[in-house]
Amino acid sequence: MAKQLIDQFAAALPADKRASVYQSTKSTHEKRTKMLFDQFAEPNRLRSLAGGIKQHVLEHLDTLLPEVEAKLQANGAKVHWAATAEAACAAVLGIMQARGATKMVKAKTMVSEEIELAHFLEKHGIEALETDLGEFIVQIDHDHPSHIVRPIIHKNRREIATSFEKHGLGAYNDDPQTITRRAREFLRQKYLQADVGLTGANFVSVESGRLVLVTNEGNSRFSLAAPKVHIALVGIEKLVPRDRDLGLLLNLLARSATAQQLTVYTEFISGPKSATQPDGPEEMHVIFVDNGRSEVLASECREILRCIRCGACMNVCPVYRQASGHAYRTVYPGPVGAVLSPLLAGKKFPELADLPKASSLCGACNEVCPVDIPIPDLLLRLRDKGKREGAPLAAAGTPPMGAWALLATQPTAWKAALFGGKIINYLPTKLLPIPPLRAWEDTRDLPEWKGGEFRKWMKGRGKS
Amino acid sequence: MSSDRDTILTSVRAALAPLKDRAALPDWDRELVHVRTIQPATDLWALFAERLKLVNGTPLTAVSELVALLEKNNWRRGYCDPALWPQFKDAFPAGIKIETTYDRTRVDDYDFGITAAAGAIAETGTLVLTDAGTSSRLAALAPWVHVAVLRREQIHADISAALAALPNDPNIIWVTGPSKTADVEGILIEGVHGPGVQVALLV
Ligand code: SF4
Repeated sequence: MAKQLIDQFAAALPADKRASVYQSTKSTHEKRTKMLFDQFAEPNRLRSLAGGIKQHVLEHLDTLLPEVEAKLQANGAKVHWAATAEAACAAVLGIMQARGATKMVKAKTMVSEEIELAHFLEKHGIEALETDLGEFIVQIDHDHPSHIVRPIIHKNRREIATSFEKHGLGAYNDDPQTITRRAREFLRQKYLQADVGLTGANFVSVESGRLVLVTNEGNSRFSLAAPKVHIALVGIEKLVPRDRDLGLLLNLLARSATAQQLTVYTEFISGPKSATQPDGPEEMHVIFVDNGRSEVLASECREILRCIRCGACMNVCPVYRQASGHAYRTVYPGPVGAVLSPLLAGKKFPELADLPKASSLCGACNEVCPVDIPIPDLLLRLRDKGKREGAPLAAAGTPPMGAWALLATQPTAWKAALFGGKIINYLPTKLLPIPPLRAWEDTRDLPEWKGGEFRKWMKGRGKS
Repeated sequence: MSSDRDTILTSVRAALAPLKDRAALPDWDRELVHVRTIQPATDLWALFAERLKLVNGTPLTAVSELVALLEKNNWRRGYCDPALWPQFKDAFPAGIKIETTYDRTRVDDYDFGITAAAGAIAETGTLVLTDAGTSSRLAALAPWVHVAVLRREQIHADISAALAALPNDPNIIWVTGPSKTADVEGILIEGVHGPGVQVALLV
């Protein structure tokens, strides 16, 4: 029995990184919980309603997608569709090439990371610059984000100062304020030179055709104020039925993600700039991206598509806190990633079949999820899928259960084993050279064997 | 591209076809998102100002207060919406230089930008900007200080009320305090790409 991949990542993570990931996820989680429960009478009811709204959307995408398309077109936006990552990249490139555009500023969008857009555009001679501070740092470092809301949760200020120095952004200075000011100065010139501003969308209202973007830094505002073309990459699951439903979702999203009432900027974008406005895009393109989502919709795990990318599940997850985000090897880490990434992988599911096992099934992710996704249930369904498909990674790290199954079906053998098991208390199990036992006990301590105590207690209880 | 549209819609329909019942759209009451730590206010400006301060914003009630703030910080060059300038002109000293067109080739020459707000949300301390109502998107964003000029009757009580009153405008922005980040070690830094100082000026 090989160790689970995630355990290997966790073991390799330097202790100071683990400590800082642990501290910051824990404190965000605690602030989130306090805020939701102090401010709302029934936060759990809100989560279940929000989940219901998103589930309704998922189960009506067949009619809602054409509806929102018509609405967007009526607002003056051009609508494109991309079934795959390749098609989405090609659509962006096509829009840019048709205008002779060579420079793009990117606000944070998970879809663009999923389809590896920046890489693709660079290969075609287009500069695609990340403008979210964390994503910018990840980009100049050729690193990967390790959290969906806090991309550089795994980096400290010294590492950032070193790479700023290396990239000509000033002499070494690890003061976070200086780091931020230098990025501000550098990036504002880039916005002004860019031909295209790229954003995602947190929500799209079917009723009004408004794209809703939530950010804190102002980079998406700049991306929609300086360049003349706006391209939005939107997953097909991002719809909400009515503007008023945003009242529920926005209230939950900011609190769940960063313990804010609202993020600093909530933008409602429904088309190119007004005629009287001197700044901003003259064209708006919305690209609806599938890239595996319709397959997830067909699966028994479709609830995961409700996700509004708040990051609360990773903040609360004991496995994420130990292993950090890179351990999940995809753009979506944590509990949401353990479900979504293997599903979006399609044919490559076996390569990620271990992720659904990277969970103690404690249920904390479900309890914090603002759209009430039953993540533990979905993890179990995916474990089952992994077994059924015989994915080797689905079995890695699982102790062989054959002996247990045999005993559990034979009462006499079971009783004997309960008593005989006491011997384990006197054995130096940590020294036994049995590989599966080694792998398991490396990270765990066996409790004292108390075989049969429960039966005794039950019998005694009946008489009193 | 039309073939991708067909591919996607066909697989979405196929994915949903086996579902016997489809989830209904739940209705929900605005009262559910009422923030119970906030007392119902009769004076919406007072509540708005209090909430704006909580997110490090700066509520002001007179042009003289704005001028004092600018002078104190030595912010002497700025932009003002040409439609607003006539009403402020007399209150501004000669030492503060105002332009009424925003020149994007000199973004760093402006310490502040004064533009009109289209509304506000009291419970969150949020300013509402619209595209039609903002004389220059860049002038409201690029300078270190943004001053949004607000009238009392424009203030909504809460998020739901503001959503119900969303104007027909292509670029509505809710601004809740100065631009900020906590990306570096979770430490809060204001003024990342947008304004480091967000003022709401009541007129
Ligand atoms: S699964 Fe739920 S908790 Fe996790 S990121 Fe998505 S919405 Fe947030």
